[in-house]
Amino acid sequence: MKFLYAAYAATWIIHIVYLVYLSRGYARVREEARELQQGRSRSTD
Amino acid sequence: MSTLSAVLRSTLAKDLRMEWRSKDAINSMLFFALLVVVIFSFSFSPTAEESRQIAGGLIWVAFLFAAVVALNQTWARELRNQVLDAYRVSPAPANSLFLAKAIGNFIFVGVLEVLMAPLFVVFYNLRPVGPAWQLGLVGALATWALVVNGTFFAAMSIRTRSREVMLPLILFPISIPALLAMVESTTAILTGDASPVFWINLLAVYDVVFTTACLLLFETVLNAE
Amino acid sequence: MRTKLTILGLIALALLSYGLYQALVAAPTEQTMGDVQRIFYYHVPSAWTAFLLFFCNFIASAIYLLNRSQRSDAFALATAEVGVVFCTVVLVTGPIWAKPVWGIWWTWDARLTTTLILWLIYVSYLMLRRYSSGGQTPVLAAALAIFGFIDVPIVYFSIRYFRTQHPQPVIAGAEGSGIDPLMMKALMINWLAFIVFGAIVVWLRYKLERARQQVEEAHALREEQSLEQPRVDKPAVDARAS
Repeated sequence: MKFLYAAYAATWIIHIVYLVYLSRGYARVREEARELQQGRSRSTD
Repeated sequence: MSTLSAVLRSTLAKDLRMEWRSKDAINSMLFFALLVVVIFSFSFSPTAEESRQIAGGLIWVAFLFAAVVALNQTWARELRNQVLDAYRVSPAPANSLFLAKAIGNFIFVGVLEVLMAPLFVVFYNLRPVGPAWQLGLVGALATWALVVNGTFFAAMSIRTRSREVMLPLILFPISIPALLAMVESTTAILTGDASPVFWINLLAVYDVVFTTACLLLFETVLNAE
Repeated sequence: MRTKLTILGLIALALLSYGLYQALVAAPTEQTMGDVQRIFYYHVPSAWTAFLLFFCNFIASAIYLLNRSQRSDAFALATAEVGVVFCTVVLVTGPIWAKPVWGIWWTWDARLTTTLILWLIYVSYLMLRRYSSGGQTPVLAAALAIFGFIDVPIVYFSIRYFRTQHPQPVIAGAEGSGIDPLMMKALMINWLAFIVFGAIVVWLRYKLERARQQVEEAHALREEQSLEQPRVDKPAVDARAS
């Protein structure tokens, strides 16, 4: 039973780690898009 | 077809002449292969019987690593002097350039193998139990299997940021079945335990499949910008 | 898009919980292996999902070479990356199953080794994408994806000839093989659940890549503008390199 639970837990740990990685990617892109927007408004001044 | 062979011949002749004068690739490959052989025998210190068993794997791992040295140099010179850009705008068929480079690498690695073979025989007390002519066939098919994909992937890796590091990273995973086939067939011939026919056929299939794929995709990769 | 995603997420959650119930409670215990065999309901569906994703990656790469659209490139990247995640699950749950049943963590048998090589090929694909720069990345990656995909059958046949120890295919395998209908049900529900879950993750990854492509384009556009007007201070674009 120990092995069974370990396998199920491992599966979800891997998926959750990947989802966290994805959400960090989203945060970074959003940040970059924000910087870009600010830069644009500055350059049009 | 005639331009294809003309471009092929002149590019190949140019590469061979340059290699003949500088001997860059062959010297570094030879020394590298020699180092692999020495380091392996220190790491495993095999007995006579064991060395017969592992020689097939050892030979091809040494040649694979050494081939990477030559493959990495394939395009470096052309990139430095903007020859690749000239090729892109010239009407010369891209596949003739690819074939010239692949045949050139085939010759370099082939020469390396011929020079290294006596050394292996001496260091590992080898004597083929099976038919020896099959070794030549395996050698030719296996070398082509290494260099055809190697030349193609070298053209890809030269464009990445990390250049030389990238080639083994993308070449080795794809080459695993070919490596398995060349090791198994060589071991089978050297020990006489099993028939190498399946593995020779596999190598032939691998060669045909990947040569076709390279010729179909090389122009795309060359023109990628 | 957000509501669609929420609905899909709820469906996936429901399917996954039902699948978990099926796998842990409803499916009968296997006679020789005992409860450990229940790993099967996660291991095998993950493997099938990974293979499906790699197949999608191959299709998307081929389409990219034909039409050169950024969408198919983003889709190829998303399927490859999520496929590697599922493949990792297979490679981690496999040894956890093998240890109590065979007594060893790993064995170089046909399907284990093929899966490992598949994993290596697609990790090298992701590395190529990471380490190459500029507009040529998608073309190089697509070419490598096609090479990797045609390598898979060669890998499989060579290693199958080499050695095999894995349990024979139990579904649609040789005569006399077959599994309990309840086991089959648990397997299929979990597969469906993983496909829905995988589709959601691919979708998220795809959207992320599209957003990144658009940011990159905007950067390139701005650089062009700042070249035209050298008076304007060039904004910091350090973040782009990472």
